[in-house]
Order: sequence, then C-alpha cells, then structure tokens
Amino acid sequence: MTDFVHPALIFILGALPIPFFTGLVRKSYLVLIPVLAIVAVMAIEPGSYGETQFLGQEILIAKVDKLSIVFATVFTIMALIGTVYALHLSGAGEHVAAFVYVGSALGVVFAGDYLTLYLFWEGMAFASAYLVFAQGAGQAIRAAFRYLMVHVTGGVVLLGGILLHGAAAGSLLFGPVEGALDAGAYLILAGFLLNAAVPPLNAWLTDAYPEATVTGAVFMSAFTTKTAVYVLARAFPGIELLVWLGTVMALYGVIYAVLENDCRRLLAYHIVSQVGYMVAGIGIGTELAVNGATSHAFAHILYKGLLFMGAGAVIYVTGRRKLSELGGLYKAMPLTVAFYMAGALAISAFPFFSGFVSKSMVIAAAAQDHRALVMLALTMASSGTFLHTGLKLPYYMFFGTDRGLQAREPPGNMLVAMGVAAALCIAIGIFPGPLYALLPYPVDFEPYTGVHVSESLGILMFTALGFVIFLRALDPESTISLDTDWFYRKGARAFMWFAERPLARYEKAVSDVSETAVLPFLHGSARTGMRLDLNGVDGVVNGVARSILDGGGVLRRLQTGVVTHYVLAMIAGLIAAILVFAVVWR
Amino acid sequence: MIKPVVGFFGDEQYARPRRRLFYLVLFLIIVADFLVSRDHAEYLWERLPGWSAAYGFGSCVLLIFVSKFLGHRAGLMRREDYYD
Repeated sequence: MTDFVHPALIFILGALPIPFFTGLVRKSYLVLIPVLAIVAVMAIEPGSYGETQFLGQEILIAKVDKLSIVFATVFTIMALIGTVYALHLSGAGEHVAAFVYVGSALGVVFAGDYLTLYLFWEGMAFASAYLVFAQGAGQAIRAAFRYLMVHVTGGVVLLGGILLHGAAAGSLLFGPVEGALDAGAYLILAGFLLNAAVPPLNAWLTDAYPEATVTGAVFMSAFTTKTAVYVLARAFPGIELLVWLGTVMALYGVIYAVLENDCRRLLAYHIVSQVGYMVAGIGIGTELAVNGATSHAFAHILYKGLLFMGAGAVIYVTGRRKLSELGGLYKAMPLTVAFYMAGALAISAFPFFSGFVSKSMVIAAAAQDHRALVMLALTMASSGTFLHTGLKLPYYMFFGTDRGLQAREPPGNMLVAMGVAAALCIAIGIFPGPLYALLPYPVDFEPYTGVHVSESLGILMFTALGFVIFLRALDPESTISLDTDWFYRKGARAFMWFAERPLARYEKAVSDVSETAVLPFLHGSARTGMRLDLNGVDGVVNGVARSILDGGGVLRRLQTGVVTHYVLAMIAGLIAAILVFAVVWR
Repeated sequence: MIKPVVGFFGDEQYARPRRRLFYLVLFLIIVADFLVSRDHAEYLWERLPGWSAAYGFGSCVLLIFVSKFLGHRAGLMRREDYYD
C-alpha cells in the first residue's frame, strides 16, 4: 500500500488549496499536481490496492492492470496539457473543477468495484457540469442544466443496473460481464453507452461541449467519453451489439458534422464519430481490436484536445464561434493554424500522425474478423473526418473569406499547450513503439506497410479532391441541427405547458369547488358536530359521571371502618358460597 | 518557418502552384498504388489498384449530399432560434 499513491487522490486533494494561492505560486502549483500524477502513474505496479468492506460488500478502491495504466497515462498527460492551456485564467473555480473532474476520471479507471466506480462516475458528471456553468451565458447555463440532468438520469440507470447485477452475481467487483446479459447488465451497459455518447444517447455531448468555457471544453473532450470507452472495454468486450452501434456512430457523427456551423459543435460531432471506432473495436473484442480501441482512445485524447484548443484559441481571440462569421485568420495566427492542422491530420489518420497508427488497428481488426461492411463503413467515416476536421473547419475558420477580424496569436501558455499536444501527435505517429508497448495485449501489427500508406493517402487526398470540387455545397449555413436532444428539449417544454395550463387549471378548479361547495358543507357539519357534542355526548358523559357519584355515596354509607364488620361480612359471604355450592352443585 | 508554409496555403498569389502541387500529389498516389505489393489483400476490391482513391472520392461526395439532403429535405437543419 505504501508504494501506491492513487493518482485520483493527487488531483482531488490537490484541488483543495488552489483558491488559497495566487499569481506565480498558483501557476507553479497547478503544473506541479499533474506532473506528480504522471510520476505516480509511471511508478504504479499492477495489483490490487485498498481492499475493504462496506455494507458487507467487497470494495476494491484500485485494481491496476495494463488496461487501466494506458488510460491513466494519457489522462494525466492530457491533464497537464489542459492545465497549461488554462493557466492564464484568474479565477480558481475552473481549475478546481477540472482537477476534481480529472481525479474522478482516474478514480473510475482504477475502480475495482462498482460502488467505487459509481461514486467517481457521479463526481465526473458534477465537476464537468461546472465547466459549462462557468461560461456564464444564459444559453450555456441552460445547456449545463440539460447536461447535468441527462447525466444524473444516466447515473440512476447505472446504479439500478449495479444493484440488480450485484444481487444476481453476489459480488460488486468490477470485471468482464460473463454469460448472457441480464437486466442488470443491460442497465449498466445503457449507463456506460450514455457516457460514451452512443446515438441516440449522444445529444448531451454535442449540446453541452460547445457551450463550455474555452478551457473547460478541452478537458471535457478528453475524459467523459474515454472513461466510458474504458469501462466498456473492461466489462463488455466482444458484445456484438457494440460493433454495430460503433459503426453507426462513426457515420452518424460525420453526417451531422456536414451540417454544423458552430466550430466546436462540429468537433464535438467528431468525438461521437471517433468514439464509434473505439466502441466498434471493443465490440469486435479480439486482442487486435481491443488494442486498437485502446490505442485509438490514447491518440484521440491528444488530438481532440488539440483541436478543441485550436478552436478555443480562435473563440478566445475573436469572440466568434460560427464558421459563417469566421475566416481569413491565418495571417494573424499562423502558429495556431499549424498546431490545429497537426491535430487535424492526426484525427484524419495521415501517415506519420498518431491517428494513423491507432485507427488502422481497429480497421485491420474488422478486416481480420471478416467484417467487410464494418471495415468499409469505418473507412468511409475516415474520409468524412478529413473532410470536416481537416478541410472544412480550417478552410472556413482560418482561410476562406477574409472577414477582416481583429486577431492575434493567443497567450503563450495556450500556444505551449498546443505545441506539446501537436508534438505528441507527431511523435506517436512516427514512433508508435512506446504506445504499442503500453497496450493491454502484445502487439503484432505493423502500420507502415506500402499498401497501407498508399491506400490511406488515396482515400484522404481524393476526399480533398471532392472537397475542392464541391466546396460551394459545403458553405456553412447559419442553422442549427435537430438531434435527439429534441425529444427532451421539446418534451420538457410540453411538460411545462402541461404543468402551466391543464394541470394549473385543474388545480384551480379543484380549489374553486372546495371554496364554493366543500367549505360551507364542512362548516355546517362542524357546527352540527358541536351541537351534537354539547347536547348528546356531553349529556351521556355527565349522566354516567353522576350515577357513578351516586353509587359511590351509597357505597360510602356501607363502609363502617370497623374490622369486625368486615370479617362478619366475609364469613357471611363464605357461608353463602358454601350453601350455593352445596345446593346448586349437588 | 511556419508562417511561410501557412501562407503558402492561404495567400492568393500561390493559388496556381498550390493547385499544381495538389494534382501532382494525386497523380503520385495513384502511381504508388500501382507499385505497392498486395500480398495480404483480404478482399477482392483490395487487389484493385486505385480502389481507395475511388472509394475516398465517392465517400466524400456521398457524405456531402446525403447529409445535405437530410438537412434540407428531411428537416434536420432549423433556424438558430428554433428552441427559443
């Protein structure tokens, strides 16, 4: 136990003193905590830590194996990058929330039982919601409430599943769900799928992430969905349903991205699409596929963080977020453009960028498992990924029509954070060895074969040709897109209408009836009751009391107080009893 | 170093060399696709040189038009004040 420091603890306890520091001390402290966590994760040894009992249930605070270490590694690295990106913030609130959020995500990744998992799961939901609330605008606050309500609902579903599963399996230890899925397992799966943003449970993500603060969205893009990918990989590998959900999801995100005008919402739809690869990989469930899903999560966190940082920098500098209002920024922010493009090429899986060495593993696993349709669909989604993140978004944001916006490079800390993330995206692409060594299963996969490189370039560059030819069709339109949040946004409105109109009217009618008819009746009956009480009940009670008093007076006269009289009476009674016995019985 | 590279992709004056470079890259990719060895091809179409280029282009066009169809005809795209 002494050689194990829980990285979640470093972040959560480390968050507490942040408000008490200011200036340079706070900045140094903010960087120190993620660095300590990275060291703690590097020093971690596989094993079980913190076994205890709670309410008669076995609790395992931390179960460390290769799968949890991969996720913890990238989580702590991303936490450092995200913190550097947010260093310029003057308030402490967002830093505290971000640290609690990261700490909770790490808590889930190491959780050895469902109760620990659930506790940190809820911690993540609340801490991340703060990052949306902190944006402060009315639109953001409404989105944050929706985000919170969806996650609280998902949490309740998860808890229900955990309790059912625990009752059926007799243990709350967190591990692969074995045998046929029962109701409890399905509820747990639903809770996990909600956090993984699998359609139709995806709308919370694309609703809330673009409304978060510039720095908060960077954290959000990394942790919630990837924690869900981790728990799916841990509990549900090889579930056929996930293959199809993942494949649909990969295309779903891409299709919506075509329609999107908000730069960070477009990126959010690409989270949905990219997580689709991971979910499909977990569903395929072979060693290569789970390795692919895991490495893709690792690469994804870094490049998606980078993309959100790039788009965030644009919002920070210009105050605008719609593609239809942006353009021509490349002259003023060339470094941001370059860093953003590193992330865009990584997500598009260009050779020598991180996405290439991870995404191809998932697609190869689909091919190896003889799933031609899945493979083709995922390849099509890659084309769409490059089309939007690599071409459409940078074209309309940085190039395209020059809107004459006043722009400059963002603050130095933002540039450093983007630079580090970009360097990692390229380093992983060129030297995939260290990442492959971290993966849960031994890797027997070579991404850099001639045919693989030429095929990837063919798909990507001819997508670019399509983009050039149909550029005008892609011009951003100032619209929003209906997604599954329509059901609860419109549903909530219908509910409020019901509460304000028919229900309120019914309530008024009921109170009217009670005032005009019921109340006089009640008054009348109360008066009758009182009369009855005074004349009837009181009379009876008084009569009884009077006869008892009279009886008492008669008795008093019989009592003489002389013992011999009493003895005489007793003897007389005894004789009478004997007589009765003798005569009546015999 | 970064500024000139970014400038090359943005500045109007480089439009012609940019286009030429693009077509050259497309050409080289097709050529390369004919030269690489395809011993491990799993599926029939993978043996076809240039299939990925066609598939990439086709996917791109399909995605654009299917999405725009869903957006405009199926009513997914709405005015920005739709929820207000």
